[in-house]
Amino acid sequence: MSACLDIRDLSAVLPNGQRVLRSVSLAVQPGEVRALVGESGAGKTMIGKAVLGVLPSSVRIVEGDMRLEGEDLGKLQPKARRTLIGARTALIPQDPLTALNPSRRIGSQMTDRLVRILGWSGERADTRIRQLLGEVQIRDPDRVLKSYPHELSGGMRQRVLIAAAFAAEPRLIVADEPTTALDVTVQKQILRLIAQLQREHGTAILFVTHDLGVVAKISQKVSVLYAGKVVEEAETAALFAAPQHPYTRALMAATPRYTDPFASLKPVDDAVLAGLAAEITAADQAWRRPHG
Amino acid sequence: MDEGRARRRGVSPRLWLAGGWLLLALLAAIFAPLVAPQDPLAQDLMLERLPPFWLDGAEPGYWLGTDSLGRDLLSRLIFGGRIAFIVAFAAAIAACLVGSTLGLISGYFGGWADRIISRIVDVWMAFPPVLFAILLVAVLGTGLSSVILAIAIIDWTRFCRVIRAETMGQSRMDYVENARIAGYGRIGIMLREVLTNVVPSIVALLSLEMGIAVIVEAILSFVNLSISTDDPTWGGIIAEGRLSIHQAWWVLVFPLITLILTVLSFSQFGEALKTRFDPVLR
Ligand SMILES: Nc1ncnc2c1ncn2[C@@H]1O[C@H](COP(=O)(O)OP(=O)(O)OP(=O)(O)O)[C@@H](O)[C@H]1O
Ligand SMILES: [Mg+2]
Repeated sequence: MSACLDIRDLSAVLPNGQRVLRSVSLAVQPGEVRALVGESGAGKTMIGKAVLGVLPSSVRIVEGDMRLEGEDLGKLQPKARRTLIGARTALIPQDPLTALNPSRRIGSQMTDRLVRILGWSGERADTRIRQLLGEVQIRDPDRVLKSYPHELSGGMRQRVLIAAAFAAEPRLIVADEPTTALDVTVQKQILRLIAQLQREHGTAILFVTHDLGVVAKISQKVSVLYAGKVVEEAETAALFAAPQHPYTRALMAATPRYTDPFASLKPVDDAVLAGLAAEITAADQAWRRPHG
Repeated sequence: MDEGRARRRGVSPRLWLAGGWLLLALLAAIFAPLVAPQDPLAQDLMLERLPPFWLDGAEPGYWLGTDSLGRDLLSRLIFGGRIAFIVAFAAAIAACLVGSTLGLISGYFGGWADRIISRIVDVWMAFPPVLFAILLVAVLGTGLSSVILAIAIIDWTRFCRVIRAETMGQSRMDYVENARIAGYGRIGIMLREVLTNVVPSIVALLSLEMGIAVIVEAILSFVNLSISTDDPTWGGIIAEGRLSIHQAWWVLVFPLITLILTVLSFSQFGEALKTRFDPVLR
């Protein structure tokens, strides 16, 4: 059985030659949640955007390939690639406010995609959307469907976006820090909803976060990203039991524990960062040499 | 919440005042032959320079007085409104269609389309607009259609610049990216996700442009470059009023007030409409 998403040796550069992704390899099996952790600027969002085909125009992929259910995205014509990505993937975004068009009602935004892109009948799309709104525990779908985005709370908007993401039964969902922009009290509910829908629908998720607490709750596998490089990957349980890489250990020491929130937190150790920097510089030089 | 919104919607004095004046002036212009108390072209040397109704020497039926040829000022203003409104609507809509389309393309597609369009706009804006208008009308010949054409040719850049900037901002929004992920085509995204959010600005600009067209038309009439001089125009009346300011100030003052009120109303009406159209602000 082929992986749902299989990224091999993906490298991407900025116009100034800076590498934002360094030979990233990462696989998500069908129905599995793979967490992608790392500090801000590590390139987590870049990986998500590369998969979904919406990298900024300044970022150029220089090597590697990505397969979506066995199809090599790099080998497809742009139009075929768009169609494939549109049909098999979806995004749960970080900021539920800017991810919805402020001047269109929720209902038309949600059904539009099913009708126009996937060719469903209006009635079928409407039924489906209402079913999904029920699954994300929205009790008054009529009001929500008639609302404009700004008339809903952040949590409600994120529920709407989760419902929209699952509506067309994608094989893979990229969730880019889906709870970061929300209230702490709402974060847990939203996380629970994503986990529940993921289980029921059997959807694979690439779950981007910088929160190890979230990783432990939702994922089966983890990849730890630092400066565009996967420094460690493991089963979630194994990673927490015995982190191998010094950066992972440092990251864990810097994360508050629910059992002991007042334990002193250590910032990531300078020596660890210096070691990483050297490791990455060496890797970069090795990468540049054959290219002249 | 619904109640609050309804209340805010109801109380918009700006919208009502500006809209009220525009509606009044527009209806008067449309039904000019019915509402004008006198024939705007009828000269009567016995009635020259009659003052407005509240001053000594006023004649009933000549509410705002008469000019130096004895023509009724109110009737001339009402008939002058016809040309003002025709020019305002036609020129503003033409400028809007051309400018907004190019601005949308420029801002959304970027790249070479943007570079070419932006360069043209820069060159265009280097001409002083009034001089440009006078020059154009001199080339195109006087007449209603060349005045409209001249204003549209000059002012499409206003739409293009503003709509380009707004479109660029919109194109960076997450929902545009989401639409791309979902598989929408570029043109579809431009119309459905971007244009829908730019419409309030287009409406505001359109109304503002109508006001500007009224001014430009008045300036062209003032320098005698507009429509044939028989039909009364606001600019033409102002030009005549200027000559007799010491004997009959009202021939200058009333058309000026009419012009200013109309122009201000257009711009205020546009702003008020914009807030109404905007789902977040309203
Ligand atoms: N549009 C862009 N053009 C060029 N470089 C960018 C762009 N967006 C981000 N970058 C750079 O790419 C790198 C990776 O950014 P990315 O957004 O993927 O980080 P991230 O891991 O998602 O961080 P965060 O946790 O803050 O979201 C960063 O160094 C960033 O400065
Ligand atoms: Mg990010």
